[in-house]
Amino acid sequence: MDGAGSTVAVHAARPDLLAFATRHRATLAAVAVLVFPALLPFKAVAADVLVYGLFALGFNLVYGYLGLLSFGHAALFGGGAYACGIVFTRFGVPWWAAVGAGVAGGAVIAAVIGALAIRTRGIYFAMVTLALAQCVYYAAYEAEGWTGGENGLRGVDVSAITLGPWHVDFVNPLTRVYVIAAFVVVALFAVSRVLASPFGAAMEAVRENEARARACGFDVRATRWLAFVLSGAVCGLAGALHALTIGIVPVETLTYTTSGLVVMMTLLGGMGTYFGPFIGAAVFLLLENLVSLWTVHWQLVVGLAFIACVLFFPRGVWGTLLAGLRR
Amino acid sequence: MAGLTPDLLAMQVFAGLALGAVYVLMALGMSLLFGMLTVVNFAHGAFYMLGAYGAVALLGYGGNFWVCLFFIPLAVGLVGMAVERVLIRPLYGRGIDYPLLLTFGLAYVIVELVRIGFGTEDLPFDTPAALTGAVNIGIGYFPLYRLFVIAVTGVVLVGLWLFLERTSYGLIIRAGARDPQIVRILGIDVGRVWLVVFGIGTGLAALAGLLAAPLQGASPDMGDSILAIAFVVTVVGGMGSLLGAVLAGLLVGVVVSLTSLVAPEAAQVAVFVLMAVVLLVRPQGFFGRAGLMS
Amino acid sequence: MSELGNRALTRRRVLITGAAAGAALCSPAIVRAADNDIRIGFPVPLTGPYGTEAQDQVRCAQLAVDQFNAAGGLGGRKAVLLSRDDKLKPGEAATRAIELIEKDHADVIVGSLSASVQLAVNNVCKQRRVLYNSISQSDQITAMPDWSPYTFHEALTPHVTAGAVGRYAFPRFGKRVAFLSADYAYGHEMVAGFRAVGAPLGIDVVADISVPLGTTDFSTVLPRIAAAKPDILCICNFGRDQHVSIKQATDFGIKRTSRIVVPVLLYTARVAGGATAFDGVIGGTSYYWGIEKTVPSAKAFNDRYRAANGGRVPSDYGALGYGGVYAVLKAMKEAGTTATDKVIATLQDLHYDAYKGPQFYRPCDHQSVQSVFIIESKSKDMADQYDVFNVLATDPPNVDALMSCKAEGHA
Repeated sequence: MDGAGSTVAVHAARPDLLAFATRHRATLAAVAVLVFPALLPFKAVAADVLVYGLFALGFNLVYGYLGLLSFGHAALFGGGAYACGIVFTRFGVPWWAAVGAGVAGGAVIAAVIGALAIRTRGIYFAMVTLALAQCVYYAAYEAEGWTGGENGLRGVDVSAITLGPWHVDFVNPLTRVYVIAAFVVVALFAVSRVLASPFGAAMEAVRENEARARACGFDVRATRWLAFVLSGAVCGLAGALHALTIGIVPVETLTYTTSGLVVMMTLLGGMGTYFGPFIGAAVFLLLENLVSLWTVHWQLVVGLAFIACVLFFPRGVWGTLLAGLRR
Repeated sequence: MAGLTPDLLAMQVFAGLALGAVYVLMALGMSLLFGMLTVVNFAHGAFYMLGAYGAVALLGYGGNFWVCLFFIPLAVGLVGMAVERVLIRPLYGRGIDYPLLLTFGLAYVIVELVRIGFGTEDLPFDTPAALTGAVNIGIGYFPLYRLFVIAVTGVVLVGLWLFLERTSYGLIIRAGARDPQIVRILGIDVGRVWLVVFGIGTGLAALAGLLAAPLQGASPDMGDSILAIAFVVTVVGGMGSLLGAVLAGLLVGVVVSLTSLVAPEAAQVAVFVLMAVVLLVRPQGFFGRAGLMS
Repeated sequence: MSELGNRALTRRRVLITGAAAGAALCSPAIVRAADNDIRIGFPVPLTGPYGTEAQDQVRCAQLAVDQFNAAGGLGGRKAVLLSRDDKLKPGEAATRAIELIEKDHADVIVGSLSASVQLAVNNVCKQRRVLYNSISQSDQITAMPDWSPYTFHEALTPHVTAGAVGRYAFPRFGKRVAFLSADYAYGHEMVAGFRAVGAPLGIDVVADISVPLGTTDFSTVLPRIAAAKPDILCICNFGRDQHVSIKQATDFGIKRTSRIVVPVLLYTARVAGGATAFDGVIGGTSYYWGIEKTVPSAKAFNDRYRAANGGRVPSDYGALGYGGVYAVLKAMKEAGTTATDKVIATLQDLHYDAYKGPQFYRPCDHQSVQSVFIIESKSKDMADQYDVFNVLATDPPNVDALMSCKAEGHA
């Protein structure tokens, strides 16, 4: 089975360019991720695009590749951010260990939520994940001693990064965005590998037809759970990078609006496509920035764009583009 | 717990039921839309808010509260019908995610349009003069207006029940929910049924918002918090079940109220804990059909 | 305050940005600063529930900038206000602040309108050694570990406001006190402020209830408060929570037996809640336009605001935008430079009367020591639509009313 899955199906008639792009999708995505920050005049937003793009990439593993709509992914993103921030500020671990803690934090929370939620399907899955994520939000809100409560966790300040002989200034906008981009590139390659593996095939089989997948010997529940945990690890990494970028962990990372945001970004870019979530995050954030340039009513434009997307481009910006290329 | 008298406990339960009344109205509309059209309406909170702002506008033109009570749900219901015809209709048959996501975007648009029209600040909304003040209900003083809200909810429930169970149009709606194919074969315009149902659902949301306005004023984002609770109530009651919506609405109200007695900080999260527990024990909710939308 | 004002603001922004848009595509620059301009970054929640206050803050801050420029600037150097929408989200605010510093090279940051947002902006400025003058209330920003030498706090603190209101109310209305607060740091800080001033006065706390932030229905806690029969109900929350809880407490008949007091009685909340619901509610404020009868600088500020905004009056939090920018620009002028270290040194010794009487920054924590006004909401004898409060008393600037430097963790 082709590991690229439904992403960019290798079309018999056009094997040339698309096949090449599919085979090297991680490399191409990495190039895009590395070039893009240099093109943007403001690095703070570039870093945001990378972080939210990664978040959407992780979310898409569950939504696009597994067919489960989760409304609780804020718990994984925020969970990763808090795990990173807490070990960094409270235990003084090095920044790279804190990033590792973020990945682990996202995965652990996903393991718990996933174990409970995969029993349900469809709209009920969305609601269970939402409810459990709200519980995580509340727990963080009340645990003020650890998380800072509503005021958020402050002091996740990384000023300099020392890696062997290298010493980089993390406050410098350009180096900061490239350190983040480096993590994103690693995640892009990892996710691509997973999707191309037998496990990736199992995910797709489960999404396409659960009964048949079961008949073929796939353990449907285990596949779902593992994919959810994997998604948690990626989202946790995104959360950790978010914490390092802005130096704080705001409690808003755990609210259900953050869950809604990642759904919007993924849909805008193209669910079930490999690079679509990044495009979605970029389009969303740049649109928001651009529109708030000339009106405080940016939500109107974003909402209309979203409606148009659902009505006319259900495959999202990237998905529509790919479909056009394939024709 | 110091100072916990039987009267206070009874009052808490009563306050919870009164609170549940507004939840019931919201959840009824939402459950109706889901049960009949399989539309998960994320814009339900926005329609709720439209109810309050519709009343603000109508009062500004010299209307009174009682006129609003009749006309606003009707007017917002018409808006809802327009939305169904233009935006929701193309999405039927394309899976449950699409109407959900579309209404998600629609909520942004409606809220922002209201901000443009009425400003971002909260607007005051006076309790109608005939309904101000608190009355002694035997266990303590309770605002007269809140008793009125319970009464209106009761009337709406009875009316809706009579409409669905005792009229031929109600029969068509129920049949359409169960098997639209058969209804269509029988020569009935299912599209029109869905249109009417959408109107009723959004009209109920507007009524809830209108009734809430004298309690909390009008603000563009007033629908956000009630939307989350309406979801919980709908899901706990079983999506598509009207009886479930009523019972779950009252239950959630009482849960919030009793939680407020022992740990007021946890009043909001208690609702979500309830939902998580119910869904994990009984994934289809109290009265939902098992396997629906799986 | 009105939608008219919002529209005017929007239109102006559109015009200004339209001209700049070509050059600054993709950038949210509202005003393009010339190379030697003094750039004041001003992140405030232009959208969201406090949009009205935030837009008023921009108007007021712009007044301070215009006034500075009209007086010749800093040896000819003009000041520009770079206002940004932080959407009332700490994460967004941090990103905006980073952008203001890195891309727009802001010389100083003033702004924010909530405890969590100001702490986020403070964190960014602290790490980058940029002067930040916060114009929103918090006890934590002036305390360790959040405070840094780059942190200034122009707004009052919950400790000071609650203290002033408590000192006024407890001896007058009775000792049985109930608290209804929003469950977050700001709410708890206000309760703590009341308790600190109430303990020596011998108050008896009969109920202390904390409900989630953003609660829209208080009917489940009000019967309990009514049953406790307090003389005073202290409602410790902000914005929408405030006017909704006061309205519902009134509906439940609490006012028959109790006085309602709030640490910060907001002009906009009063307007949103209506005259009837707020009738007789007493609270503190950092500013109310009505003090102009006794305070000359308030009169001058109000007149300037009225002239620029069609006769309307500034709000309490709006005025803080003026004060925050005014103090920074005044210090720059006195220091003769925008170099952060020099400006900090000047601000530490600065005594100013911007708009509400004399003020100065306490050296240990850079908290602005200033008066608190005790006001009462009225429902009759109102001269016009802006005449909503009576000024009952003025708590003069007093260092002893502040939390001690030691308690805040300063050496």
